[in-house]
Amino acid sequence: MTMKVSTRQVDGVTIVDCSGRITLGEGSVILRDTVRDLLSKGNKKIVLNLADVNYIDSSGIGELVSAFTTTKNQGGELKLLNLTKKVNDLLQITKLYTVFDVKDDEASAVKSFK
Amino acid sequence: MAMTEQRVSYTLDSSLETIDSAEEKATRIANELGFGEDEVMQISMAVREGAVNAVLHGNAYAPDKKVILAFERTGEELVITIRDQGKGMDLSKIPNPLAPENLLKTSGRGIFLMRSFMDVVEIRPSATGTELKLIKRVHGSTAGGKEASQ
Repeated sequence: MTMKVSTRQVDGVTIVDCSGRITLGEGSVILRDTVRDLLSKGNKKIVLNLADVNYIDSSGIGELVSAFTTTKNQGGELKLLNLTKKVNDLLQITKLYTVFDVKDDEASAVKSFK
Repeated sequence: MAMTEQRVSYTLDSSLETIDSAEEKATRIANELGFGEDEVMQISMAVREGAVNAVLHGNAYAPDKKVILAFERTGEELVITIRDQGKGMDLSKIPNPLAPENLLKTSGRGIFLMRSFMDVVEIRPSATGTELKLIKRVHGSTAGGKEASQ
């Protein structure tokens, strides 16, 4: 039940479809490498689609924060899309829901970039 | 091993596999004891976070150091103990992950999550390792207060 990602472009925005678990180890590394690779290629409008992410631990939360700040520090924006209830609850109790720009439909997520 | 004898204990290596294994054991035992779906998730995540601390911060992946994980049903409680063989930890140095200056830190949320999910969290550091005790009440939990002693 490792994490898988695939990326696609929609109107200049990169959608990263994530599935599985974002946890210490492979899941966190895959997310980190994916975001770094996108930024290195100049893709600075990023949406992480977490619709199929069924589990995330504190390391995974840290990886989301890292992706967010790394993107921001490089002049980009990273938003979260389609949180499952479990992930949503985790972001609520850690107060990160207010930090991330969280969207619940892809079209408005894409349109929301400047 | 089933939970029929009230207490089961495992001695595990200081590896990433131990973290997944501890989580799987917690999920299975919590299910066997009849916890609801949300509670099972909370217990398994708390155990996972405790195992992460033991493997990474306690034993620091040292191959000669073990993690001892025990599950015990006592009355109406599930008591989980995770012990490592590290140098102990300074609880006073654990920052509040909800403080505005810490919100964007990439680590430091494990103990907070454990306290959010379990009814009791006790941490006893010593020079020969840290013992973590996690308690979840079997028949529903008291709402609100989740934090306990150190």
